[in-house]
Amino acid sequence: MLVNVERRAQGSRTMAYMSPVLAMVLTLFTGALLFWIQEQNPLQGLYTFFILPVADLYGLSELGVKAAPILLCAAGLAVCFRANVWNIGAEGQLLMGALFGSWVALQFLESTSGWAMPLVLLSGALGGMCWAAIPAILKNHFNTNEILTTIMLNYVALNLLLFGVHGPLKDPDGFNFPESALFSEATTLPVLIEGYRLHLGALLALLAVVAVWVVLSRTFIGFQIRVLGMDSSAAHYAGFREKKLVLLVLLFCGAMAGLAGVSEVTGPIGQLVPTVSPGYGYSAIIVAFLGRLHPVGIVLASLLMALVYMGSEMGQIQMGLPLALGGLFQGVLLFYLLACDFLIMYRIRWQGFASNVATNEA
Amino acid sequence: MTRLSPARLLNGAATLLLSAAVSTAAFAADPLKIGFVYVGPVGDAGWTFEHDAGRKEMEEALAGKVETSYVESVSEGADSQRVIRQLAQQGHDLIFTTSFGYMNPTLKVARAFPKTSFMHATGYKRSKNVGTYSARFYEGRYLTGVIAGQMTKTNTIGYVAAFPIPEVVQGINAFTLGLHSVNPQAKVKVIWINSWYDPAKEREAAEALIAQGADIINQHTDSPAPVQAAQEKGVYAFGYDSDMTAFGPDAHLTGSVVHWGGFYTQTARAVMDGSWKADDTWGGMAVDMVKMAPYNKAIPQTVIDQVEAIKAKIIDGSFHPFQGPIKDQQGELKVADGTTMSDGEILSFNWYVEGVQGELPK
Amino acid sequence: MDIDLITNILFAMVRTGTPLLLVAMGELICEKSGVLNLGQEGMMLMGAMAGFAVAFVSGDLWFGVLAGILTGMLMSLLFGFLALNLNANQVASGLALTIFGAGLSAYLGGDFVGKPLTGMEAWVIPGLSSIPLIGKALFAQDPLVYLSFVMFGVVFFFVYHSRPGLILKAVGEAPESAVAVGLSVIRVRYLAVLFGGAMAGLGGAYLSLAYTPLWSDNMTAGRGWIALALVVFASWRVGRLLLGAYLFGAASIMHLVMQGLGVSVSSNLLATLPYLATIVVLVLLSSNQARIKLFAPMSLGKPFHKTQ
Repeated sequence: MLVNVERRAQGSRTMAYMSPVLAMVLTLFTGALLFWIQEQNPLQGLYTFFILPVADLYGLSELGVKAAPILLCAAGLAVCFRANVWNIGAEGQLLMGALFGSWVALQFLESTSGWAMPLVLLSGALGGMCWAAIPAILKNHFNTNEILTTIMLNYVALNLLLFGVHGPLKDPDGFNFPESALFSEATTLPVLIEGYRLHLGALLALLAVVAVWVVLSRTFIGFQIRVLGMDSSAAHYAGFREKKLVLLVLLFCGAMAGLAGVSEVTGPIGQLVPTVSPGYGYSAIIVAFLGRLHPVGIVLASLLMALVYMGSEMGQIQMGLPLALGGLFQGVLLFYLLACDFLIMYRIRWQGFASNVATNEA
Repeated sequence: MTRLSPARLLNGAATLLLSAAVSTAAFAADPLKIGFVYVGPVGDAGWTFEHDAGRKEMEEALAGKVETSYVESVSEGADSQRVIRQLAQQGHDLIFTTSFGYMNPTLKVARAFPKTSFMHATGYKRSKNVGTYSARFYEGRYLTGVIAGQMTKTNTIGYVAAFPIPEVVQGINAFTLGLHSVNPQAKVKVIWINSWYDPAKEREAAEALIAQGADIINQHTDSPAPVQAAQEKGVYAFGYDSDMTAFGPDAHLTGSVVHWGGFYTQTARAVMDGSWKADDTWGGMAVDMVKMAPYNKAIPQTVIDQVEAIKAKIIDGSFHPFQGPIKDQQGELKVADGTTMSDGEILSFNWYVEGVQGELPK
Repeated sequence: MDIDLITNILFAMVRTGTPLLLVAMGELICEKSGVLNLGQEGMMLMGAMAGFAVAFVSGDLWFGVLAGILTGMLMSLLFGFLALNLNANQVASGLALTIFGAGLSAYLGGDFVGKPLTGMEAWVIPGLSSIPLIGKALFAQDPLVYLSFVMFGVVFFFVYHSRPGLILKAVGEAPESAVAVGLSVIRVRYLAVLFGGAMAGLGGAYLSLAYTPLWSDNMTAGRGWIALALVVFASWRVGRLLLGAYLFGAASIMHLVMQGLGVSVSSNLLATLPYLATIVVLVLLSSNQARIKLFAPMSLGKPFHKTQ
């Protein structure tokens, strides 16, 4: 073998930052290769995929619209993952937020009250929190693995939402079609720029990220969360109340995901529909990892993720490329990232052709 | 396994040239740019497949005069509005949005692009530049009922249905009326699967119906899975939307198939010569929008002759599937002898006719 | 309900449960070695796509089955490389596999969507298949269902009555001690991951070649996740896995059957039952610390550092 792999004494900070960049570069190369295989001009392909969608103000606004729910979920997930709580349930928490929020919004169809909107947002966040409280309680009191319960609850949430939209929340004047009535002006999220779809939810998402940053790096609670994540027995000896922390991070994530859900239905959609989320809760998991569980990182990662979604639509409109390319890019990106992360803990040394050093399997 | 069709290559090359030659510059004889938004993959063998076949037929009929692009698998949530808008923004003059869930997004985009013509399939809301269109599938459904009534031995017909919306209820009723016109003893069992496209679930539903004695399966879902199930179990089936003979050569009796190509060509012509109006088109067999799939050789010639005779009457307007007397499940006379239901009544069906078993989910 | 109907329900139950059983057995072995692979859905989709594509092109269903298995294994190698060689987080690696598999299968399978294929035909065993009630369910199925019976026997024997099975469990329970007695943890885990991939690929191929012989994007519709839940539902016991798979199968067809019988129920609410049941079982199992330790592999989901 020509290379030697050594374990670093300490994780490399440089590589921790460089690894996502490296992963992105590799993904771009893979993308170019895929375009080439499709017999498309690779540069034209990359341009259509990654630049054309955001070439104007409208595109940028749409990028914000698409990134906002992902960012909200990822902010919540980052806190969970920091605490070593493997919440896979942001999708379900988002759907419950949408369901709760819609139900409240539908009570305000005739209203013009200024209180309606905050109430709707609050109930959305509450819906997500309730849903996230279930795995937290089960984990704390019955020691139940949160990965599995949150996955199961995603499916339950989806079916509850479908039940709502096909049943009690269906528009009575909608000819039995599975949609709620359009929400009133009072319960529709205001847009940030007139004529564009970018809405208050995007601002809330940024606020959430700032909050995460402050809490994690500047408060004692944040310190406890980080210690819990790194070494649960240390947290235990330090006298931190582990159960309280688990509940706290899950409730926070539930609130964020719920807010994402209610922002979608009261923002760009404007009514409750069966397809509120094309998997934002799952994309947010990629985003959280891609962004290193760091607030700035998740902002960049969620924008990138949103761009890939929009790029695959643009690729199909402009070049007739299959829509599946988008999903493929996301998977490839995450793979490269996980592989590149290896370099944080390990160093690869080029040995030249002469030496004959056995490689280390691990 | 790459997708290298000459059409794709040409398309790509054309886009490349176009964007190279400054995309904003207007050409003297610009072809009419037409965009399509699809809810499923172009090859679903059902709904989207037929719309795409219509697009291709129009492209051929108006070769050189039109240029089309499409986006497939567009979620009916927040994404659809962006995709529709992107198509409008990119200078498409006519945009077909081919699923019910695109109704409100289409209207919203249309407001911002008053010069663009929009056509929304199966919806009920129109505006200055949004027209709607749909096909009178029930005409074909009635005929399949006439065939089923004479092919069944168990007098039990299974019906795999998607959602309890008027369009589907209308089909069940038309089928049952046709069935009862020749065989008043026969019953229709309906199973709702709450999905337009879920092969496994469609198959499970078909199998459950067969297990309960159905010897003919009809479907109002998009995949050929029910036809496959029928083929395997040795019973008959009617396809829907596209000709599904290939999926069950012995089982597939015929089916109510749609043909959008003519309508798309006509609409594009109307937009080109300025005569297009945002109204509603509900076409049936008379305008060739609904057709019968090829008849299975198992159907006796006498039955085919009878069906063809009724078809001719439907086309010349001397017969209407929803003409009285029509009784509901309780045996109460809903449509008196000598009267025919209005389009409005047919479009808002929320009750079953006599002969359908079970309760209509509300 | 008459006897014919029950016979048919049992028959459909076995068919519906088969893909779940196949995939869950693979994941069970994988988890017994201490590796949690959340990529079942991605591997299934790739197996389904590759199986259909190869069968469609070659005209031979068995080539398709083989292709499905091999593709599943290839996909699992990708996971193995990340999670075992590079010590990447198993949850993230598994999710990456699922996302990647869904994207890649849709991309590569584009040309095969909506193409017809004559699916696998049933091998009806004369005599046995006419046993009342269970005859049809057990002896009038397609060959892949029989294969799932055989695999069940193999896995059962392997886990409870074989030396390699003991090694597998040792690696999953206490990797450090396994190393101490000279076992290669990474090698055992690789083999387990590969087996999981093969079974997921086979489960996917069952869907696209026998269950609904067609290919469409995302056709597994969450079955990979259900298989994952089944392993927990079965509390890592092989026998209960069989029971669980058929129970899930029965649950997913029962609400359709009930509709056909004229019972009016909200199918959305009914559809939540299997998931809620899994959560309840999880809670019952894990509420007792001593019991969960008896069942769940101790090192599940934790990376193993050889150098430690």
